Amino acid sequence: MRHLLSTEGIDPATALEVLDTADNLKRALLGREVRKLPTLRGRTVVTMFYENSTRTRVSFEIAGKWMSADVINVSASGSSVSKGESLRDTALTLAAAGADCVIVRHPASGAAHRLAGWLEEAGTSVVNAGDGMHEHPTQALLDADTLRDRLGSVNGRRIVIVGDVLHSRVARSNVHLLTALGADVVLVAPPTLLPKGVEGWPVTVSHELDAELPTADAVMLLRVQAERMHGGFFPSAREYSIAYGLNEARLRLTPDHAVVLHPGPMLRGMEIASAVADSPRAAITDQVRNGVHVRMAVLYHLLAHEEEANA
Amino acid sequence: MASRKRGAADPAEERELLSAGDVARTVARMAHQVIEKTALDAPSAPAVVLMGIPSRGAPLARRLAARIAEFSGVEVPTGTLDVTLYRDDLRRRPTRPLEATTLPEGGVDDKLVVLVDDVLFSGRTIRAALDALREHGRPRAVQLAVLVDRGHRELPIRADYVGKNVPTSRGEDVAVLLSELDDRDAVLLRRPLDPTGEVTP
Repeated sequence: MRHLLSTEGIDPATALEVLDTADNLKRALLGREVRKLPTLRGRTVVTMFYENSTRTRVSFEIAGKWMSADVINVSASGSSVSKGESLRDTALTLAAAGADCVIVRHPASGAAHRLAGWLEEAGTSVVNAGDGMHEHPTQALLDADTLRDRLGSVNGRRIVIVGDVLHSRVARSNVHLLTALGADVVLVAPPTLLPKGVEGWPVTVSHELDAELPTADAVMLLRVQAERMHGGFFPSAREYSIAYGLNEARLRLTPDHAVVLHPGPMLRGMEIASAVADSPRAAITDQVRNGVHVRMAVLYHLLAHEEEANA
Repeated sequence: MASRKRGAADPAEERELLSAGDVARTVARMAHQVIEKTALDAPSAPAVVLMGIPSRGAPLARRLAARIAEFSGVEVPTGTLDVTLYRDDLRRRPTRPLEATTLPEGGVDDKLVVLVDDVLFSGRTIRAALDALREHGRPRAVQLAVLVDRGHRELPIRADYVGKNVPTSRGEDVAVLLSELDDRDAVLLRRPLDPTGEVTP
């Protein structure tokens, strides 16, 4: 693996290899006093975040550090980006300074792909940590990992993804990955929060949450992304919550084994009721924990092998 | 993941060093040696644990433990120790899949740990194993048992128990087949048809 830019078109065997690596890393670190592996000693990983983030940035940083990579964080404010430097120039500077891997989050869809093109010559790997409304592949991998933990497998499972699909890179990455791994994916959202062309996706689309819950093996809630909404997508927060929020009554409609996922940050009382978020059915802190192991696995597959000839 | 099964017909010249029967007898002899050297059936015996190095060290450790139990009546705990994350050649090979590490019950602290592997070659795997083992505790002592020692050491490492010493050239490949992972038990010596082709150990 040279880059991880999207889950669209991902080879299921490759995805499963990364998930197996994550499981083995999890086991290798279990119960240890010192969570440090020498595997990536001397490799330099730079996180480049042009958007706010807590869990993703911290998760990548911990993943790199647990494998002994040197991890450097660059954020748009406080770097030369605020002086007007372009994404390309910043990336080339980081590569020239010795970065083996650049992890990028950017508000523009496609930013990670462009970056990978610019860094091809330098031989630097690129990981997409979220590009606009496009993809967030490591989130989908950690969701799949959590589903495997809780349900045993992803194949044949029915995963209901609820909420702001239109603005959600998490939803896009999950649709591609989970369907590649053999899951049935159902998208539930008001028509205004579904993207154009959703009919062409390998999913079932529904506007009625209650109808989908009894057959769900997992319910994945998406945050309502107020920062990307400039216009009336639904009448009011209260109305959205009544129609699409997961509360305790709705949770009771799901089978007993069904898992609740949320990529975070959560808006309690909006898309998820507080009691649901804190219930044992919710795997939200598991997702964060698995996120570290999955990102370690991604770094392992990107950085711990011989140089590939530039294809 | 590509199958790691060995024994498929390669375009190589192949000679059987140990048959299935030889493998069984060799493991039995090694079990006797472990019992004798560690005196694990004595009243004041040290606590011995076997740690197999995947992939083929793991079933080998279980077989060794079964024979030790048979001959001495002492059940020796076994575990597996994946050393991939500690290798010094990760950047010289394609991505290596990770395998499971499972500690024996009671851990390795103050135990006499016998590392078990199929082939001892450069010694780099064992170097990595010693590093990996250190992360899991502080054994009282560490010993090494290998089914085949094929020479060409690159580090000051030697085995305490050797099933068979096999003089080889660097270009040859020693393949241990175990029925848990392969279609039969055997040890094969393979010579690549292209004399310049270095076979990876």
